[in-house]
Amino acid sequence: MIRINCPFCGERDHTEFSYGGDASIVYPELDASMEEWHDAIFMRENIRGMQSETWHHANGCRMWLVVERDTMTHEIQSVRPAHKGNAAVLSTTDTGGEQ
Amino acid sequence: MSRYSAWAVFKNGFSGQKNWDRQWRDPEPKKEYDVVIVGAGLHGLATAYYLAKNHGIKNIAVLEKGWLGGGNAGRNTTIVRSNYMMPGNRYFYEHSLKLWEELSHELNYNVMFSQRHHVSLFHSPAARDAAARRYNTMRLTDTDGELWDLDTLKKEIPHLNYNNARFPIIGAAVQRRAGSARHDAVAWGYARGADRQGVDIIQNCEVTGVTREDGKVTALETSRGRIGAKKVGFAVAGNTSRLWQMAGLGNLPIESHKLQAFVSEPLKPLLDHVVVYGVGGAHFYISQSDKGGMVFGGDLDWYKSYAQRGNLPVVQDVAECATAIMPCLGRVRLLRHWSGVMDMSMDGSAFICKTPIDNLYLNGGWNYGGFKASPGSGWYFADLIANDRPDPVIEHFDLGRFKRGVIIDERGAGPDPKLHG
Ligand SMILES: Cc1cc2nc3c(=O)[nH]c(=O)nc-3n(C[C@H](O)[C@H](O)[C@H](O)COP(=O)(O)OP(=O)(O)OC[C@H]3O[C@@H](n4cnc5c(N)ncnc54)[C@H](O)[C@@H]3O)c2cc1C
Ligand SMILES: [Zn+2]
Repeated sequence: MIRINCPFCGERDHTEFSYGGDASIVYPELDASMEEWHDAIFMRENIRGMQSETWHHANGCRMWLVVERDTMTHEIQSVRPAHKGNAAVLSTTDTGGEQ
Repeated sequence: MSRYSAWAVFKNGFSGQKNWDRQWRDPEPKKEYDVVIVGAGLHGLATAYYLAKNHGIKNIAVLEKGWLGGGNAGRNTTIVRSNYMMPGNRYFYEHSLKLWEELSHELNYNVMFSQRHHVSLFHSPAARDAAARRYNTMRLTDTDGELWDLDTLKKEIPHLNYNNARFPIIGAAVQRRAGSARHDAVAWGYARGADRQGVDIIQNCEVTGVTREDGKVTALETSRGRIGAKKVGFAVAGNTSRLWQMAGLGNLPIESHKLQAFVSEPLKPLLDHVVVYGVGGAHFYISQSDKGGMVFGGDLDWYKSYAQRGNLPVVQDVAECATAIMPCLGRVRLLRHWSGVMDMSMDGSAFICKTPIDNLYLNGGWNYGGFKASPGSGWYFADLIANDRPDPVIEHFDLGRFKRGVIIDERGAGPDPKLHG
């Protein structure tokens, strides 16, 4: 069992969460080229080692989180809210992260 | 090297069965090969075998970082079937199944291929309709498939949960020619067959770098020194992205995920078929090995991973599925469970294709399904490497299909690797 320290709920089993995927993927503008969309939708670096990824606390606070996790050892280095704005509204101490 | 036969067993009996030849050599790597295959799993070994057998290329090496057959080749649940519907998959898997039917003779090695039927349960009229469509489509191109109603199913497999299942069983889609095989024997059979034709299988030889000159691969850096190559094929299952990046090629439509398998203590004969159960989020498949162990598995571990180690929540899910469908297993003890790392691709289908580098070829993206594919995969990958063009049967297994918009998404799950299987 992986334990994820949700900034809103505290440390929980990973079974409370659902796995999103590679957090380094940023979707391009709607009218971006086919090439850019192709790469964002289909192409992955597939890192063996520390990767930044999204998890959804589906059976908890329902917030999206960005987790740095080693894909070889499953060790977690950091967890932060994916959406800074939501975190600020809920006034947690950790408001790092991208909007 | 001697052929295996009843006579050979009898003859070796006189010397206590102690004088059998080694099944393959343990050669030192040569300076250069015409073809180097990376990965001595089923796909790599089968490719080397057919390169030598079908195309007369003999100066071949297969490089393996561990021991041959130690990857997914020796970790899968051994289900062999060809009940695929999409055009890009259907001909390929049917050809592979035909190769399975002759494989023990072809290799002079008993791979224990047992066509014990693949029985896929359904639990609603809608699921039955979907199965009818799939199996009728298969029959159009001569793959066998049939539907069993509840009475037939009860007669064939009496001890499924017909009484109070949360999802009542109403019938099954059946492929009679499908079944299972002994995975280790397939790896060993191909290895022995390739070795006999002069292929060097080099174990404990990890590829750590790819040397390129003038746009071509010229050599591989390995833990046993530099090995020159005129042509290179990757067949490294869950590690495809890593090799791809060593060749400087960037990203792939692949994520590495792990899948677990389980075996129980040996039981007397209980289950004659391969049974598959999938409804309401459950996913479960089970058969009984010739040693009596119940061999089964379920979903993958739901997050990307390169660890060949399974998590416990999936053990619980799978156990729940087992007792839901076969309550009689409730008191059976689990003997072992393990996991393997697989290439999960963006549409759940494979790659046997050329790459941006002229003399480099790719075999990967097999998801949960690469065991059944291995004879066909070796066959067509060898053909691709030898003739430098894809056979029409594997034309769609290329990397460009996502750009062309002709993905082969058998499940209709969309571009999320963990959802395929
Ligand atoms: C638990 C489980 C159950 C499965 N069940 C089924 C099933 O029922 N039916 C089915 O059809 N399929 C099944 N599969 C899928 C199937 O096992 C795989 O798709 C298939 O075995 C992959 O091909 P392979 O045998 O060539 O892979 P592998 O045996 O994994 O071969 C790849 C080899 O490459 C080597 N390698 C990796 N990196 C390097 C390097 N840098 N240098 C040198 N060598 C390297 C590895 O050590 C490995 O031996 C299952 C998979 C798993 C994990
Ligand atoms: Zn939470």
